[in-house]
Amino acid sequence: MAIVAQSSKFSTFGRPVLAWGVGLLFFFPIFWMVLTSFKTDADAVKPEHLIFFKPTLENYLNMTENYDYWRFARNSIITAVSATVFTLFVSVPAAYAMAFNPTRRTKDVLMWMLSTKMLPAAAVLYPMIFLAKGIGLYDTHILVITVLSLINLPIAIWMLFTYFKEIPKDIIEAGKMDGVNTWGEIKEILVPLAWGGIASTALLIFIFCWNEAYWTVRLTTIDAATLSKLIEGNRAPEGLFFGRLSAVSTAAVGPIVVLGWFCQKQLVQGLTFGAVK
Amino acid sequence: MGRIVLDKVSKSFGETQVIPPLDLTIEEGEFAVFVGPSGCGKSTLLRMIAGLEDLTSGAIAIDGEDVTEVPPSKRGLAMVFQSYALYPHMTVRKNIGFPLRMEKMDQAEIDKRVETAATSLNLNDYLDRKPGQLSGGQRQRVAIGRAIVRNPSAFLFDEPLSNLDAALRVGMRLEISEMHERMKTTMIYVTHDQVEAMTMADKIVVLQAGVIEQVGTPLDLYHKPQNIFVAGFIGSPKMNLFSGPEADKHGAYTIGIRPEHTDVSATEGMWAGRVGVAEHLGSDTFIHVHDTGLADMVTVRITSDILVKHGDRIYLTPQADQIHKFDAQGLRIE
Repeated sequence: MAIVAQSSKFSTFGRPVLAWGVGLLFFFPIFWMVLTSFKTDADAVKPEHLIFFKPTLENYLNMTENYDYWRFARNSIITAVSATVFTLFVSVPAAYAMAFNPTRRTKDVLMWMLSTKMLPAAAVLYPMIFLAKGIGLYDTHILVITVLSLINLPIAIWMLFTYFKEIPKDIIEAGKMDGVNTWGEIKEILVPLAWGGIASTALLIFIFCWNEAYWTVRLTTIDAATLSKLIEGNRAPEGLFFGRLSAVSTAAVGPIVVLGWFCQKQLVQGLTFGAVK
Repeated sequence: MGRIVLDKVSKSFGETQVIPPLDLTIEEGEFAVFVGPSGCGKSTLLRMIAGLEDLTSGAIAIDGEDVTEVPPSKRGLAMVFQSYALYPHMTVRKNIGFPLRMEKMDQAEIDKRVETAATSLNLNDYLDRKPGQLSGGQRQRVAIGRAIVRNPSAFLFDEPLSNLDAALRVGMRLEISEMHERMKTTMIYVTHDQVEAMTMADKIVVLQAGVIEQVGTPLDLYHKPQNIFVAGFIGSPKMNLFSGPEADKHGAYTIGIRPEHTDVSATEGMWAGRVGVAEHLGSDTFIHVHDTGLADMVTVRITSDILVKHGDRIYLTPQADQIHKFDAQGLRIE
């Protein structure tokens, strides 16, 4: 009896407190970044202005006027959206084939794809740069889109494969009997049934593409540079301008945080797809 | 339309041969039932006819045309799955009309055909619901509806009633039989339930381990089982089978006698025993007789007006002309 009472006391008070604690802990860096973005560069490093300071929009104005924020933002949108679309375009049929027409080697292929994620990116950095320059694609959207798609393909295929596995094979076979061709199976049956899974995969890939910095920073200079490059560019030789850096970072992560906020239901639903029927 | 000929078809999964080469003809308009214990290859055979499973060797012809390499949708067959396999994201109307839409049929014609199919299956009130909002029986009807709108040359049923409760199963069994009477289309029906096979089939194909044990009408199989497997599989309760001195007396290795072909008496008879469990079905009573010296248990069907109770001594006499005789290989001796 006592145990029951205790556990219910925990679930009434302990659990929310714990959840809030963890939540705040994770949220704190973002909060601090947003706060700092409204300080001047001078105030940002002064301990007496840690909490109390005179808020200013100077950093944001500076960012849009002098740094061409909108160009970087546009590049981020173009590359992230294109890479997500391209990734899905390849991964949906790939995952479909492996989920519904597996061979003895399917598991090996999946493991192999995963193993490419274990390759240290630095190992292929210079070959990639030389290759990109050699074929004249350095600092182009095409290059960034291709690289972002390729690095995210394994994850997309794995996620979709798991979702597709949940769809009864009978339904696909019924489709075959009803005269659907392979493309029709994907369009008429698979996509509508796995919509939640596909949407959450797309969202996750989009977030990964948007946040990617290692490659986007190194494979671009101006024309195809994304917001990651803008943040990195604020690392001036004279030292760090925390106020400016925070403003740029806030403006870079802002859209994705807002997107995640609106799609959180979809994300959670997608990630638990199959577990809760 | 709908004569299906299997010519030496076989199926192997890797090294394992699940169906050794077999020949079978299903005549036009026939209701053929594939029956056998689970894992006997009956569903695989059906899926091979459907085109969902490749043949390892052999050929399949439908109405004289070789369809071995023809994809499922081009074979003119319709299939009803055990799990119903409805499209959960479509309404009943869309589900039934789906194969027609895939044929790029005119929308007005699709609507007309869907209405007709829905009327014949009492689904009119549910046309705008999704499968998730229907009961098991209704879902099964939708699956059948999706099959009949295409006017297939043959219907394939893969254990369609296994997911339904007992009462509904009997009802659907009748409906499918009536549908066959009305449409006269070839039907191939897979089940592990010999009662379904007996009640519905024109022709039963008994399979075991991928091998056809016997093909015949329900009564053929019942009265003249070609081997011990068919003798034991067809009929409920099972035929009593014994070997030993009693079989020797009849010049056979094994003899079989069905529960209803044994006379009982409280005073005299060929075999003496003790009543174990008596199952009262109302119309009949099945009694399980022990200590006969023939087998662990002998099942006997008696009319319900004969009252017996646990532990009673009882005498059994088989009806001489109803004894089935089998040789050492398990094959029937005439």
